[in-house]
Amino acid sequence: MNRQLVLRVIAKLMIPFILIFALYVQFHGDFGPGGGFQAGVALAAGVIFYALIFGLARTRRAVPDSLLDGMIAGGVLLYGGVGVAGMLLGGNFLDYFVLDADTVIGQHRGIFWVEAGVGITVSSVMLRIFYLFADRANLTESERDHPEGER
Amino acid sequence: MMVVAVVALARSRNLFAVVVLAGAYSFLMATVLVALDAVDVAMTEAAVGAGISTVLFLGALYLCRSEEAKPAHRPLIPFALAVSTGALLVYGSLGLPDFSDPQAPIHTHVAPRYLNDGPQETGVPNVVTAVLASYRGFDTFGETTVVFTAGVGVIVLLRRRRKDKNKES
Amino acid sequence: MSALASHFSYAVTIFLLVAGLFIIIARGNLIKKMVGLSIFQTSVFLLYIVPGKLVGGTAPIVAPGFQVYSNPLPHVLILTAIVVGVATLALGLALAVRVHEAYGTIEEDEILERDAAS
Repeated sequence: MNRQLVLRVIAKLMIPFILIFALYVQFHGDFGPGGGFQAGVALAAGVIFYALIFGLARTRRAVPDSLLDGMIAGGVLLYGGVGVAGMLLGGNFLDYFVLDADTVIGQHRGIFWVEAGVGITVSSVMLRIFYLFADRANLTESERDHPEGER
Repeated sequence: MMVVAVVALARSRNLFAVVVLAGAYSFLMATVLVALDAVDVAMTEAAVGAGISTVLFLGALYLCRSEEAKPAHRPLIPFALAVSTGALLVYGSLGLPDFSDPQAPIHTHVAPRYLNDGPQETGVPNVVTAVLASYRGFDTFGETTVVFTAGVGVIVLLRRRRKDKNKES
Repeated sequence: MSALASHFSYAVTIFLLVAGLFIIIARGNLIKKMVGLSIFQTSVFLLYIVPGKLVGGTAPIVAPGFQVYSNPLPHVLILTAIVVGVATLALGLALAVRVHEAYGTIEEDEILERDAAS
């Protein structure tokens, strides 16, 4: 797939915008449509696009498996950590009102970190799943008799 | 158009075509969701349904065979079962409130509170985000955990560790 | 309003649900079943989202100049459901891949045959 010049050029042009858009969706989710879930899948889709055009090996060098594994757990821990932080500050689990002296700012802060946790977990899980499927495909490639183009 | 896509999907036996049709179907679904004012959901559906799940399906197809076997018998019993379920559901839906009825229970229970107090309490104008992360934080925590668990499950299932064990297949 | 017009959205939902159910039951191919499951799933999304819509309303992002908003609660529930859905879909596909490696097929009948033979 990586000999097709048009694809490569277009991908090079578009992928930064997809990734920036994902970050915009993540951090602007309070005001416009968006949030952790959408940003996570958009981010993962951007990287998957890269992997489809430039090959799995190069993508893996940019985004290694170990980083993803850490992110999968780290996102959930970040979410849970926000909850525990609320408890430590004297509220209930996932109580954002106590995160700041001003309750509105506290809520905003809580939502921000929780969404960050969601985004991290979702994007890394999606990407890791894609890696695993693609990896399997490479593994069994020699045994296949009719390899199909992966889009 | 969605109906056409689904019918073609049910009839086609080439799984590759099925997957592409499913992707088109997801885009149509996202359009419908925008028309229904669910912009956040539409965005997710477009990215997930048409993007990631199509890629995953293609990956799985690549690993398996992409032609479906001819069914051995006419699918009469499943058809009858599906149609009777549908008839039951139609009967049930007659008792549901009309489309866009402002007095329906869904619009009178908690939604007004979210819409009226949410922005003041959380300082977040996108009510969907506010409800997702704040009012229903526990819920979302559970969902994140499910995604995490599914990811771990796939890692366990597809990890590359078949060299020491049986190598047939 | 006649019953047909006011319940048209439910009719679409039910049709999609029935189609998904039919694919799940009637087809023996595991991946086809998975596609059916995701169609079933989208019908449930519609079932949730449609009642939240108000004609003349706008997306639930509070801004000056709008009074009527669609109900945000179903959006929240379905938003998470979609992402969870794709995660579980991936899990199902992973299982299908493993079944293919173990049996060399993903057709239900052939799997049962091999089980009976062994």
